[in-house]
Amino acid sequence: MDDCGTPPGTLHAAILRSPHAHALIERVEVERARALPGVAAVLTGADIQALTSSLVVGVKAPMECWPIAADRVRYVGEPVAVVVARDRYLAEDALDLIEIRYAPLPAVVAPRAALEPDAPVLHAGLQGNLASDRSFRYGDPEAAFAAAPHRIAVEIDYPRNACTPIETYGVVAEYEPGADAYDVLANFQGPFSIHAVIARALRVPGNRLRLRTPPDSGGSFGVKQGVFPYIVLIAAAARVAGRPVKWIEDRLEHLAASSVATNRATRLAAAVEADGRITALDWDQIEDCGAHLRAPEPATLYRMHGNMTGAYTVRHVAIRNRVVLTNKAPTGLNRGFGGPQVYFALERLVQRIALELRLDPLEVLRRNLVPASAMPYRTASGALLDSGDYRAALEAALAGGGHAELLARRDAARAEGRLYGIGYTAVVEPSVSNMGYISAVLTPAERQRAGPKNGAQATATINLDPVGSATVHVASTPQGQGHRTVLAQVVADELGLHPQDVRVVTEMDTAKDAWSIASGNYASRFAPAVAGVTKLAAERLRGRLARIAASQLNVATEDVVFAGGRIFARGNPDNALPFARVASASHWAPGTLPADMDQAVRETAYWTPPELTAPDEADAVNSSLCHGFIFDFCGVEVDRTTGQVRIDRYVTMHDCGRVLHPGMVAGQVTGGFAHALGAALFEEHSYGADGSFATGTFADYLVPTAMEVPEPVTLHHETPSPFTPLGAKGVGEGNCMSTPVCIANAVADALGLKDVTLPLLPARLAAHIHGPEAARPGGGAVPVAGGRQLFGEGSAMVAAPRERVWAMLLDPTTLAAVVPGAHDVQRVSETEFRAEVTLGVGPVKGRYRVALTLSDLDAPQAVTLSGGAEGALGFGRGTGRVTLAEDGPERTRIGYRYEAEIGGKVASIAGRLLDGAARLVIRQFFAALAAHAGGGSAPREGIFARLLRLLGWRR
Amino acid sequence: MKPAPFDYLRAETLEEALEALHQAGTEARVLAGGQSLLPMLNMRLARPALLVDIMPIAALREVADAAGALRIGAGIRQAALQARPGLARQQPLLAAALPWVGHAQTRSRGTLCGSVAHADPSAEIPLVLVAMGGHVHLRSRRGARRVAAEEFFTGMMATTRAEEEMIEAITLPHAAPDSGHAFREVGRRHGDFAITACAAVVDARSARLAVGGVADRPVARALPLPSDPALEDALEQFAWSLEARDDLHATAAYRRHLVRRLGRAVLEEAAACRA
Repeated sequence: MDDCGTPPGTLHAAILRSPHAHALIERVEVERARALPGVAAVLTGADIQALTSSLVVGVKAPMECWPIAADRVRYVGEPVAVVVARDRYLAEDALDLIEIRYAPLPAVVAPRAALEPDAPVLHAGLQGNLASDRSFRYGDPEAAFAAAPHRIAVEIDYPRNACTPIETYGVVAEYEPGADAYDVLANFQGPFSIHAVIARALRVPGNRLRLRTPPDSGGSFGVKQGVFPYIVLIAAAARVAGRPVKWIEDRLEHLAASSVATNRATRLAAAVEADGRITALDWDQIEDCGAHLRAPEPATLYRMHGNMTGAYTVRHVAIRNRVVLTNKAPTGLNRGFGGPQVYFALERLVQRIALELRLDPLEVLRRNLVPASAMPYRTASGALLDSGDYRAALEAALAGGGHAELLARRDAARAEGRLYGIGYTAVVEPSVSNMGYISAVLTPAERQRAGPKNGAQATATINLDPVGSATVHVASTPQGQGHRTVLAQVVADELGLHPQDVRVVTEMDTAKDAWSIASGNYASRFAPAVAGVTKLAAERLRGRLARIAASQLNVATEDVVFAGGRIFARGNPDNALPFARVASASHWAPGTLPADMDQAVRETAYWTPPELTAPDEADAVNSSLCHGFIFDFCGVEVDRTTGQVRIDRYVTMHDCGRVLHPGMVAGQVTGGFAHALGAALFEEHSYGADGSFATGTFADYLVPTAMEVPEPVTLHHETPSPFTPLGAKGVGEGNCMSTPVCIANAVADALGLKDVTLPLLPARLAAHIHGPEAARPGGGAVPVAGGRQLFGEGSAMVAAPRERVWAMLLDPTTLAAVVPGAHDVQRVSETEFRAEVTLGVGPVKGRYRVALTLSDLDAPQAVTLSGGAEGALGFGRGTGRVTLAEDGPERTRIGYRYEAEIGGKVASIAGRLLDGAARLVIRQFFAALAAHAGGGSAPREGIFARLLRLLGWRR
Repeated sequence: MKPAPFDYLRAETLEEALEALHQAGTEARVLAGGQSLLPMLNMRLARPALLVDIMPIAALREVADAAGALRIGAGIRQAALQARPGLARQQPLLAAALPWVGHAQTRSRGTLCGSVAHADPSAEIPLVLVAMGGHVHLRSRRGARRVAAEEFFTGMMATTRAEEEMIEAITLPHAAPDSGHAFREVGRRHGDFAITACAAVVDARSARLAVGGVADRPVARALPLPSDPALEDALEQFAWSLEARDDLHATAAYRRHLVRRLGRAVLEEAAACRA
């Protein structure tokens, strides 16, 4: 995206973002930024809101959703201002000149906490943080639970993670005032239902928003759907700037504020027979969508609605779905979309059932699988499982994946005292979403008012040019599925050409192309829907060409054969025409076409499967057209010393219907597995209790690399889908659903764990292996945080009487001298000081506004210092208790204890270093105080000047 | 993620670099590989007015055997030293630790002295320098001085280097003939910042263990030999003395646990190498 050409005169945007999780914006000062030479425009939230409308929110609730904050920020990284300048460097320089005064508010981070009556409220209109609450009932779950001998339950907190494509978001937008129209190039991936959302936000009809996507992609995995709020933002900025504007999201922005998967708090109970058969499920899901409900959320919660019973024959299901808002980045599409959250609970439950009933987990799994004879199978909540022989696939996986050998390895390892476990998972992988499934968030009455929504319209166009060569275009956006390879193959097969003869054009342009709201690349729809509709278009074109050729070859249409670039009569290959001759006929000699044929130049096919009906009165939802099957098992070993997890073997069996291209399928499975491994072992979007964001770089948001990803054993069992033109189903997301829980089950088996939390932190597993730590020898205190991130204590010796040290502490001139980076220390009152301070640790330096208050004065022995600092690198708040003790007539010992918390940029990207940095700065503050009071024992280097230099203070 | 404006000086001679550091004082940073500094610039965490690139200075691109020690110039890249013939014989600890320094890509640019100057508490090269009792050679326009590694590191990214000084070289004593060495590290992924790294040097009479990633600087301590039952208590004391803290990737208790377990393991391994 970044290297796509831009129109002449394009300017560059940079975005100022909130360092606070939750705060009121009290004042925005942009004049200094506007005055910087080279800056074309500075836009605040108010400026953007004047030009646009709120993004549509997917639930019926009194709340808005803006791409930029105006009066209140609700997560770290939320945009608060946009600068448009000659280049990106200048734009970022100007960001530094914008001053925003925030009034911080308490933040709420965890989904259950968000529902507490006293929780901070994000959106005043909601009067709470609950955006949606729907309950569903299928069959008779109460009776099934009453009748079952066992009720077995799990409680799960599924963490936040994301898919981190190499290429971040990018937008180039231009406004044409004459037409009141926007032209946007963005690496948006669809669904193009969002086109309507963007146009509405920009206050133009759909035909005044031309949205184009580039021909290549640096990866998406769902994430690029979330670029749309930035399309609105940058388009509005282009309108104000009067020039095209380009914005490329950087990695810090991407990690903090692009679009992540939801975290979810789930309670799931099963009614279970003695033999492990599940008769009913009771789901209670609390979905955390972050600070705003961005379209299409809460779709993550509903995408799996039809298949909440997984691969199992459970007829009675109760579901309560709640959607909450918290002070975290908004959520959106991510590979697996809802599957990881559901299957982690369901498959942990299946293992728990086996454990509690002392059954073989594999046996529990087998007893509950939907039998092949029942296909197509209608689930309790409305999905139609299209095809599959789950039992046969499972047995083939055990045989082909070396299950017996793996059991022997586990026994051998355990005999040696090693920690080895085996995990299993069975899931159905939905693909080709029903555009109507999200309307299940509405009540049947609300749906009735809104009108029916359903289907999965796919579109393909094949064009024949005057020399008879074929070009294919589909309303999809490439992101690694092999659009060019697979579609060329599909069309070439149909028209008797070589794949290299067929050109596939992969950019999209809403002003020129055939498309619909379901267009785009999501929900694993490429192979089943997009390749399928391409085949339909090719078939129709072939039908036309066959009729043209039939008259020229003097044979019946059904006897026309396409092969090897020629069209010939069946049984008589010498009676032939070159393909190009027939294919170009409509250009050169339309008069030779059959009388009832208008043209054979272009064929556009539309396809939507009839099975994808709208949710019915009873809330039954066929949420997806296809359901692949996955059965995984793995052996893992947990290192007894370090708690690190090593995957000994991972076997993944896929039934994705007909495999169109084995290499592409292998790529999808391997990639999905790597993503899933990250979710299992490494990745979490972490937030502090105060809403500070802790994983702002790839040093803290840990993505597995080639070193960490073993190669899975991939097996296939093909049962073509009866519902798709090529029999194919989706395959790229399944491992994100099956693998995290399969590894968790294996680790639980290895360590005898009842509960497993992702990611599997070695420190957590080691604590389980080794139990509580022995007390500190000599009974020394173990430092414990008092609820804040940073804490510490220390002392410094001063060669001065206590009264003098006390007087110094209360004297602003001391502060000015002791904090040499301090500019302009002001005593606001007897006990309050303000200063501007330049503070640094190592090469990291920043300027801060500091406010200090003295309280609990107990002259001359103790005082509490509390205060805060705020600057471009972030903010800090803390308190410290300082005590002065006489240590001889001319000597005083200064003791201090402090607690502090730090937020904003520095906390997001250098959290690992904060504790040490705080210790250093505070230690050196008191050392400087001691030195100022008459040279103490504290600074080893002794002299004041050296100390200042060490601190990185500067005047 | 674009740096604030800065000046760049490509220094051709040591004198030119020292003069620039003298003139610019706290506003200058030495660029010697840039694998930590440049990300900090791009993230605008650091905003030096001047970068003094010392990599063109031929005099700093020397590795030499000097009086039983290896002298490594400030321009020596980690990958170059890793490829030095005989390194594992002369400097077994450094040879064992270098593969743990970042990744092959960062080692191809990063320098040893740059890592020492940066003084990240979890970095391997400062840890080896402390474990081996090496020295840092500093130079400014006013003269040169030599600082023992244990005196050099004073805290989180803090050292006794004066702003106008630059590291000219480090020296690491060669492994004594009867000594054994071992290095182990635990991180979340390969190439990550160490949660705990342990380096051991053991000879017939003494054992020395250095730990990185736990305290705010690498810390070395003389400990009983692995065969001595007193090691258990000494390791326990050492583990607690480092004032470990919780962070996103590990708890303080886990770090202490690793100091005990990995510490013993590397001491035993070093003793075994000796035999």
